Amino acid sequence: MLAVSDLKIHYRTLAGSVKALDGVSFSVADGEIMGLAGESGCGKSTLGKALIRLEERMQYVGGEVRLDDKVLPIADDKAMNPYRFREVSIVPQYAMSALNPTRRIGRMIDELLDARGLKGATLRPELERRLAILGLAPDVLGMYPIELSGGMKQRVVMVLSTLLDPSLLIADEVTSALDVASQKKVAGALVEFRDRGYVKSMIVVTHDLAILAQVADSIMIMYAGKLAEKAPTRTIVEAPAHPYTRLLLGSLPEVGIRFEEKRLPGIKGRPPSLLSPPVGCRFRDRCPLAFGKCVEEPPFIEIAPGHQVACWKADAHAQG
Amino acid sequence: MTSTTSSSPAAPAAKRGRNEILYFAFRNTKLVIGAVVFLIFLLGAIFGPMFATHEPLTFDAPPGLPPSADYWFGTTLFGQDVFSQFVHGLRSSFIVGALGGVTAAVIGMLVGFFAGYRGGIIDEVLNMLTNVVLVIPTFAVLLVVAAYLSVRGLGTEAMFIGLTSWPWAARAIRAQTFSLTSRDFVGMARLNGESTFRIIFGEIAPNMSSYLVMTFILLFGGAILTAATLDFIGLGPTDSISLGLMMNYSVMNAALQLGMWWWFVPPGLAITAIVGSLYVMNVGLDEVFNPKLRAL
Amino acid sequence: MLRYLARKLFIYILTFIVAVTIDWAIPRFMPGNPVDALVSRIALMPDANAALTSYFMAAFNLDQPLWQQYLNFWWALFNGDLGRSIMLFPTPVTTLIGRALPYTLGLLLPSILLSWYVGNVVGALAARRKLLDNTVLPLGYLLTATPYMWLGILLAWVLGSSLGWFPLAFGYDQSLKAEWTWKFISSLLYHWILPFASLFLVALGGWAIGMRNMIIYELESDYANYLMALGAPQRLVRKYAFRNAMLPQITGLALQLGAVVGGALVTEIVFSYPGLGWLVLSGIQNQDYFVIQGVFLFIIVGVLLANLIVDVVYVIVDPRTRVGLQGDAA
Repeated sequence: MLAVSDLKIHYRTLAGSVKALDGVSFSVADGEIMGLAGESGCGKSTLGKALIRLEERMQYVGGEVRLDDKVLPIADDKAMNPYRFREVSIVPQYAMSALNPTRRIGRMIDELLDARGLKGATLRPELERRLAILGLAPDVLGMYPIELSGGMKQRVVMVLSTLLDPSLLIADEVTSALDVASQKKVAGALVEFRDRGYVKSMIVVTHDLAILAQVADSIMIMYAGKLAEKAPTRTIVEAPAHPYTRLLLGSLPEVGIRFEEKRLPGIKGRPPSLLSPPVGCRFRDRCPLAFGKCVEEPPFIEIAPGHQVACWKADAHAQG
Repeated sequence: MTSTTSSSPAAPAAKRGRNEILYFAFRNTKLVIGAVVFLIFLLGAIFGPMFATHEPLTFDAPPGLPPSADYWFGTTLFGQDVFSQFVHGLRSSFIVGALGGVTAAVIGMLVGFFAGYRGGIIDEVLNMLTNVVLVIPTFAVLLVVAAYLSVRGLGTEAMFIGLTSWPWAARAIRAQTFSLTSRDFVGMARLNGESTFRIIFGEIAPNMSSYLVMTFILLFGGAILTAATLDFIGLGPTDSISLGLMMNYSVMNAALQLGMWWWFVPPGLAITAIVGSLYVMNVGLDEVFNPKLRAL
Repeated sequence: MLRYLARKLFIYILTFIVAVTIDWAIPRFMPGNPVDALVSRIALMPDANAALTSYFMAAFNLDQPLWQQYLNFWWALFNGDLGRSIMLFPTPVTTLIGRALPYTLGLLLPSILLSWYVGNVVGALAARRKLLDNTVLPLGYLLTATPYMWLGILLAWVLGSSLGWFPLAFGYDQSLKAEWTWKFISSLLYHWILPFASLFLVALGGWAIGMRNMIIYELESDYANYLMALGAPQRLVRKYAFRNAMLPQITGLALQLGAVVGGALVTEIVFSYPGLGWLVLSGIQNQDYFVIQGVFLFIIVGVLLANLIVDVVYVIVDPRTRVGLQGDAA
């Protein structure tokens, strides 16, 4: 069970601090698969990465993360280490190149496990069992990464990352580089891992709402470093409250409708710069519903059970 | 998939890009220091001979003098003005470096571009050629060739150096060209029916211009080093003075034993400084062109 | 794997043929008649001209058709006949090379191997510690920009001439007889130190910088990031990074061989060290074409062999080549 409150992460650049995550609060229950969606640069990847390891230029500015009621020391690289792999794990965006090219896969996994104080040998049977679930034969472990296809490598990474049954798994853009058939397989595998109890809760980071509609229990939409809306999948798809979510869904092409009949609306304008974000609601400039009060930042509040929105107009919409 | 952003106009972004490069260029310590050192020697090469009061090769001075007011760098064992030799030698070093570097760069680019862009049999053949020239210890070849030419000029030396030092550049350029060729803008150009020549020099080359500049800098430095080494053995130009030749004369005439440091220290120091500054500039340029490397 | 090596071998054989052809072709296609030039330098008495000319015409086989000359050249080569030296006539060139070779190898082998090894270790350490990096990097660039002979000159001047700690010239004390006594051996070593040090230091700079850059590159790679995200200790990540960074350093070794050989030659000249470099210089000064050609061929063979050895080592070290793939830049 994950509880994040007021998390702030900035990127240090030559031009100043980019406020990638500017006060984000939400929670993910045990057994819940939460989708995290938004356009490029909204902060979703930053959020995913920050929960396990701050990269080079990321800077923890404030906020608290609690996993299973224990505080996760994300700001302290050394203190985080015991949690990594065991409690929090990640299937990275670059999964296809995440394996050491000059080591046989099985040997690398053994060395990693041994280095983390576990016996690689004892975990081997479980490893092979899980590989089989994803359709990989055990002799994959005797091969070099270059001998596997991209999809196979990704599946290996998925198995490895979840091997120690972490409490939280972050799946970062795992379907972005795949064709539709593979996307379905991978998405299905994620759900299966949760169903078998290998992973307690999951955050699936992607910009593809369609995938989330298939696998996620709830979807959280981010915009310009802040949360816009979080609700059960059904609600998001059928009755979203935030204008941004509505416009996002409206921009999706529908099967059967041709361009000549109805043009894709899209959303005019661009997201604001995160170096010096605007005051108030960040979607203000592009929002068709914007009005006077929007210069004040709307709080991310619950308007219905399990449905949180950050919009002054949200109440009105929820009612009709 | 959702697509909600509209694209920004391209022209202001390009201008921002150029200004951004200049901005970072002036702030990069390595680039600035390297460039300053290089410029000092370049100016010395261009204007130095005007300050030299004596001819470099005439024996009209008292031999073996340490640096003094009359002879800023002292004199050689034969009574030649070391300062004059030094600045004339600087000139020939720069000329050889430039000519040799340009020759190697041109060959390297032609081979690299065509091998990388065309692929297939052309690539195989050019690859074979590159590998053969790469493996041959070019120094040995230069040795033999230069030994047989009884009269050698600066241009000849530069040409030979250029003809033997291009393989590594060709390889590097080929690799880059490969990766650029697979990109969409090249595919578009091909569909538009543009000729190979225009695609290579109009589309591909401009997109790796920073890489080409850095490669040229390394070739330039390498040419200077190779020329100095050749001159040191006595296989350099027969009609002029050069830094390597100065070192040759000093060693051959017991300058070491006699402690005539003013004869051999300046030429070697100059080459080290010039080549070193080129290398450092290269590292700085890499940081300027590649945002990921910029230190905060 | 075998395909990889076979391909390399093919290139080396091709290169050898090209090199030998160049060696054969040059005196024949250079301006002027090499025989006349030779004769005019050697002849002391006018009536010796005719005899010498005919001798050299025969020696160069210039009286035969070109293709025959070419084949004769190869035949002589395979018989180990590199001709006779002109300046030390009638000593065969192979004898002179045989005398000089141990000195050159004695300089080359330790300096190449040690500079490569030490340079890689230093570079790897520098990639880890910022403090070390700030000294190693500028020093490395300085060293690698230094022409080989100039460092030799500096060392000879400072440590040899000025401070008198080491000898300046020759392979051993000229007053000693060349026999295997302790005195002779220590003299050999004593004279070896400065030329070795000069070769070692210049080459070291290049390796240190290369390794440092490679390690930084590997530490930023995807697999390194993934391992760290999974909480792997630094030493595991560094171990992988080091092993992966070594691979291009091995191929780099093959590429650098030509340059280091050149460096050894000029270093020997600085120290009047009796190796191949010194021999070649004498050949040039005395216009002894046979010696120059012979040393050239010898160097070529040596470099090609060394390249082959490096390739074999690479195949052993990079597991990807054994699975039947190209591996790193072939």
